[in-house]
Amino acid sequence: MKDHASLAKQFIKNEARTDWHDETLWFVRQKRDKAAHGLPEWEQLRTWASEIKDHTLSHLDDYLLEFEKNATANGIVVHWASDAAAHNKIIHDIIKQEGITRLVKSKSMLTEECHLNEYLQQQGIEVVDTDLGERIVQFRKEPPSHIVLPAIHLKKQDVSDTFHEHLQTEKGNNDPQYLTHAARLHLREKFIESSVAITGVNFAVAETGGFVVCTNEGNADMGAHAARVHIACMGFEKIIPKAKHLGVFLRLLARSATGQPVTTYSSHFNKPRAGQALHVVIVDNGRSRQLGREDFRNSLKCIRCAACFNTCPVYRRSGGYSYHTAVAGPIGSILNPNLDIKAYSDLPFASTLCGSCSNVCPVKIDIHQQLWKWRQVVTEEANVPVSKKIGMRLMAWVLDCNVNYKVAGKVGRWMMRNLPFLVKNKLNPWYHQREMPEAPKQSFKEWYIKNKKA
Amino acid sequence: MKVGLFIPCYIDQFYPQVGIATLQLLEKLGCTVHFPMQQTCCGQPMANSGFAKYTKGCDKNFVNNFSDYEYIVGPSGSCVLHVKEHLHSEDNPQLAKHIRESVYELTEFLTDVLKVSSLDASFPYKVGMHNSCHGQRGLHVSSMSETVTPAFSKPGQLLQMVKGLQLSYPQRVDECCGFGGTFCVFEEAVSVKMGKDRIKEHAANQVDYITGGDVSCLMHLEGILKRQGSKSKTIHIAEILNSQV
Amino acid sequence: MSGREAILNTIKANKPVATALPFIDITAAITYDDVLQQYKTVLQNIGGSCQELNNEAELQEALQSITASATKVVNVLSATPETIATADAVALEATDIAIMRGVVAVAENAAIWVPEEQMLNRLLPFICQQLVLVINENDIVPTMHHAYEKIDVMGTGFGAFIAGPSKTADIEQSLVIGAHGPVGLQVLIVKK
Repeated sequence: MKDHASLAKQFIKNEARTDWHDETLWFVRQKRDKAAHGLPEWEQLRTWASEIKDHTLSHLDDYLLEFEKNATANGIVVHWASDAAAHNKIIHDIIKQEGITRLVKSKSMLTEECHLNEYLQQQGIEVVDTDLGERIVQFRKEPPSHIVLPAIHLKKQDVSDTFHEHLQTEKGNNDPQYLTHAARLHLREKFIESSVAITGVNFAVAETGGFVVCTNEGNADMGAHAARVHIACMGFEKIIPKAKHLGVFLRLLARSATGQPVTTYSSHFNKPRAGQALHVVIVDNGRSRQLGREDFRNSLKCIRCAACFNTCPVYRRSGGYSYHTAVAGPIGSILNPNLDIKAYSDLPFASTLCGSCSNVCPVKIDIHQQLWKWRQVVTEEANVPVSKKIGMRLMAWVLDCNVNYKVAGKVGRWMMRNLPFLVKNKLNPWYHQREMPEAPKQSFKEWYIKNKKA
Repeated sequence: MKVGLFIPCYIDQFYPQVGIATLQLLEKLGCTVHFPMQQTCCGQPMANSGFAKYTKGCDKNFVNNFSDYEYIVGPSGSCVLHVKEHLHSEDNPQLAKHIRESVYELTEFLTDVLKVSSLDASFPYKVGMHNSCHGQRGLHVSSMSETVTPAFSKPGQLLQMVKGLQLSYPQRVDECCGFGGTFCVFEEAVSVKMGKDRIKEHAANQVDYITGGDVSCLMHLEGILKRQGSKSKTIHIAEILNSQV
Repeated sequence: MSGREAILNTIKANKPVATALPFIDITAAITYDDVLQQYKTVLQNIGGSCQELNNEAELQEALQSITASATKVVNVLSATPETIATADAVALEATDIAIMRGVVAVAENAAIWVPEEQMLNRLLPFICQQLVLVINENDIVPTMHHAYEKIDVMGTGFGAFIAGPSKTADIEQSLVIGAHGPVGLQVLIVKK
């Protein structure tokens, strides 16, 4: 499988497109900055959110049980899924009873993580993704490249071509208003005829047994309130203790994600409507293992805002597909190695450890510190090439002993000055697009001995 | 004031002028500067590559060289940050702790400890500030664009004291240059693209020099500038602050 | 062992040492000299529009004017509850304008809390082409913290904070007002 470095290299080959992708996401970061700077209490909000999540993780089983008790008392059916397969099967079992072959689904990164659409398709059930960005990539048979802005990697002309093919819109008409309206009409039918709707969960509230779904488009609500069966899927870390905590999280979420003060709809589902079946599927899928990792459990505080994606200079210049996983970006790089350290051993290295991600994270996850820590785990547990291990040992041998260090330094510099072809060649990745630094005749130490040492 | 001078390995080998400028500057400002001769490397290159377990030798050597100082000063945000966060010694945990608490990056030492309020320096050029990530987000030598906190900059404050210097900032005031340690070769495409984008923003300000607190960033930007045939150069802040009237 | 047991047991074994909940100090939140003005400014920014009305009579007049050229209007304020509550998607699909009351409005983000008791039908505020929300100026609060103090979240089976008309920027970050929900939101503010 290709790794981040080679996929990123492919992405960057189209420099103009890379610039466009980078600028588009930087603009979202700027909108976030403007929203954050508009609230003098912003940093206090982050601290509260972080502390609420820390507390919740330390009482996680209690809060999940409280949620289950209250939800059940309100008529919600609560299911527990250990892994993706269990999640998919639970959903299929619920649907089987309805005898339908098509359903609508609003945005849920959890269902992406579990590959629900493929699974249901194999069972003969068509899933219509109703979030506009998700529908676009679904038509194109692509995964979303960003957890909040699924089609951020596509230009309007790409969408125009896709809609022309699938919705028979005018060829060449790439006006976003026109295209959005076409999607509105197309999906409206689906909402009205769907008896099953699947949504995600932004926040599940232990105190009330209810959950909140945040959207701008209204698609989650269109599906859920028309359907006879509403299934809401959540990773278990979405739980928060009290309804009043929503005040903290809803003030942070949209500002962090897109720079809006709040999403158009923050829908609080407490009870099924009369005649409706409302299900919640609580999913583990590796989260309980992450909870046990002292260095990495903090990553479970994530509210999936993607602020870290938008600020990451590497993500902006490599695109979501370079991470070859459902949840990309900086948060993905600290979540995915927990699922499969070998498959995702490259991700913690897809970073310069600049630390910008940790600064924008609304729940104060120390993302860049965790990236560093995952690197230590990867070299222990994943398949690091022997050459790299040897190279590092050699480096350590040279660098930790003054004698070796001085000799290597002097020899290295001599070679660079007198045999430049040794480094100025195709085998040296530094040299592809950069000149080498000059190799001075005298190191600082040598100068010091000559000029300063008494 | 007695200071132990910490000169990172790549400065020692490739940019000795930065070490010289640092030493001269500290002496000008009244410090007695000692340079422990046996120092080598802080271990950051291995640690950041996931091989912190191989840095015991570097840690040991660092502790041996620097245990005797109230102040240890180095012209590198990333190396100083690494020592602050990761220096450990099984044999001498107390010494290691003392060192972690006594190590300073050059600009923060000047503003926070020496409390420099004026400099006898002159550098009549247009200079673009590069906010190196580890010094900024790790050591907090300046405020960060992401957080809602009062603005300040220790390096900026010092550069304002230099006669004739015209300081500018790039549009994206603190975006990473893309060096990132071994990232610069293992993710060469992204690394260089990030560097090129930084340079483009400084070029828009028509700078003569790009400066910052980390030679690693500057070495990476300089490599690209030279390949582009640019007239702009890079220079470490120590050299500017040490420049003569 | 069931999935439920396995999950809860692992969580119990792996969870960190207990930390305390923070005290949420509402007085630390932003305040506005003129909450109404802030509300109106943000509403406009997010694609909504509003009118200020002095009394019930003016409200009715405004509603008349708004609905004058509409074909199908569902007015929760004056309709028979049962007909709306039991209507299905097909029946509601052609709704041009839906009118209902909001209970609390939030100045910082122009959101309005609408519990299902005010919707009568959960689908109604989403499926209509234009949504009209009636609020009292008295019920405008500065922030979400204040809103949650005022509303009884559990007092309803479903409620939504509605901030502006539906929208999307999923096509090359171009903002389009009107995605799947209503294409327009008008807020009628009845003054003190």
